[in-house]
Amino acid sequence: MMTLLEAPIIEKKESWMVTKPRRKAKLRLMEILFAIGVSISLFIGLGTLLALIIDVCIDGLPRLNWQFLTSFPSRRPAEAGILAALGGSIGLILITIIVSVPIGVGAAIYLEEYSRKNKLTDLIEINIANLAGTPSIIYGLLGLGLFVRFFGLERSLISGALTLSLLVLPIIIIAARESIRRVPQTIREASFALGATKWQTIRDHVLPMAFPGTLTGIILAVSRAIGETAPLITMGALTYVAFLPDSLKSPFTALPIQIFNWVSRPQKGFHENAAAGIVVLLLVTFLLNAFALFLRDRLQKKSGIKSM
Amino acid sequence: MKNKEAFLKYLFLACALVSILTTGGIIYVLLFETIAFFKEVSIIEFLTDKEWTPLFVNKHFGIAPLVCGTVLTSVIALAVALPMGLLVAVYLSEYAPAQIRRVLKPVFEILAGIPTVVYGYFALLFVTPLLQKFIPSLQGFNALGPGIVLGVMILPLVSSLSEDALYSVPTSLKAAGYALGATKLQVCFSVVVPTAFPGIIAAFILAMSRAIGETMLLAIAAGQMPNLTLNPLEAVETMTAYIVQISLGDTPHGTIEYRTIFAVGTVLFLMTLVLNTISYRIRERFIRI
Repeated sequence: MMTLLEAPIIEKKESWMVTKPRRKAKLRLMEILFAIGVSISLFIGLGTLLALIIDVCIDGLPRLNWQFLTSFPSRRPAEAGILAALGGSIGLILITIIVSVPIGVGAAIYLEEYSRKNKLTDLIEINIANLAGTPSIIYGLLGLGLFVRFFGLERSLISGALTLSLLVLPIIIIAARESIRRVPQTIREASFALGATKWQTIRDHVLPMAFPGTLTGIILAVSRAIGETAPLITMGALTYVAFLPDSLKSPFTALPIQIFNWVSRPQKGFHENAAAGIVVLLLVTFLLNAFALFLRDRLQKKSGIKSM
Repeated sequence: MKNKEAFLKYLFLACALVSILTTGGIIYVLLFETIAFFKEVSIIEFLTDKEWTPLFVNKHFGIAPLVCGTVLTSVIALAVALPMGLLVAVYLSEYAPAQIRRVLKPVFEILAGIPTVVYGYFALLFVTPLLQKFIPSLQGFNALGPGIVLGVMILPLVSSLSEDALYSVPTSLKAAGYALGATKLQVCFSVVVPTAFPGIIAAFILAMSRAIGETMLLAIAAGQMPNLTLNPLEAVETMTAYIVQISLGDTPHGTIEYRTIFAVGTVLFLMTLVLNTISYRIRERFIRI
């Protein structure tokens, strides 16, 4: 630590201590360059977001109406709609939540409350970190090889939902673990002291306290799943579906796939449809994200008061 | 009662093992089809041939053009995201007042939460036409436009992970810098950034892995023409875009075309696995306090 501190001091002593006018001017210049760099970066980041939203709204809003929401796709852009895509997306999300939330929370409970520091735990930890960084399209290949072929589930709603479940699992596990970890140890000890078993303690005290944080993670996972396209296309979702999915084994499409299908056509009419679909998709994603941020904000305020 | 407690423990362990099974499943599926692929195509051809034309009559299976497309778009994206992300991170962690932070952080999270198919639309129909006004020779599908948009897309990842690394620098080090008469900017760039450097590198590597794996944006806006070029103005096809292209067609199970997507997927998986592991190790070693 000492050497770390000393090294730059000795090296920089002359340049910092002696304030020649030229050096001062150079420092000032660096500060100006830094300010310009930060401004450009923020401008590009925020400008892109703004340009994207405005561009999509200009192209898409005129097309957005009741007919668009309640029609099946069509060869004629003006008659096409997103009903099948909406139905598919809602079905996918519902099944994904039902499958991934219990497994994700269960895994988090194991890792935080039961596991000891050993080789297996280490392996699970690094494995989850890796899965969180694995490209979504790889999950599509997994879904294709495993659910569609190996388990013979065909290119169906359930195959798609299982693929998405595996994809969002790391997000849910990481969020649930963090909120479980934030529950003070004293709560557990108090519960044990009153004679509660481990499971009673988890069920009645740890999970309720960890609930808001976990919910935030689940919402973020849902918003991610709604926007995912690549894994669904890879596992074989259809791009042209003119019916609502009526069973788990039904073929399906999803909103982002429908958007992709329209973007890749050359006609301008379909581009407008794509933009209108994007407005719907962004609205849903923003609402979900805003809700998650709101929850987390409230959570932070609450815990802040408590610690005081 | 005892039995129930023990049962639940194993139930939760089973949940945790699902993640291991997922990785196992990925490796199994990829290897199974990739081995079948390499029974028909030699690995030498795969690695050295300069053409990728599995759908033509005259089939070539050289992955180089696809890797080239992926690397080209990723390099453009990183050239945008790394410097900007670091500057934003330094600004947010050292300079920005609380109110500005409270606005900027959620906005960046929104930026990170936008579905990538939306970025694809934006790159194809807004950014590329805009760039064409300045660069007339830019093709309709190209590496430059989507590369830049990809850079903006991973900007929040770079800035928030770098910010975490900057935060972990002890205040005592900064105070020592100030005590020696350094200005704020000098403390930032000669004390804080160097100390946080491993964490920043970990963030950069993770961003690289994200850029390599990005799919829809590039499938929509970069093109679907395998092209061994480093010219950002031309259409290229990335590994991910190729997998999408084949998946959209009705490629029968068991054919060589079907197996190519798993072979390409294996290369992609290995690249991201190596990058993710390096990033994880760096973070584990340097950031845990």
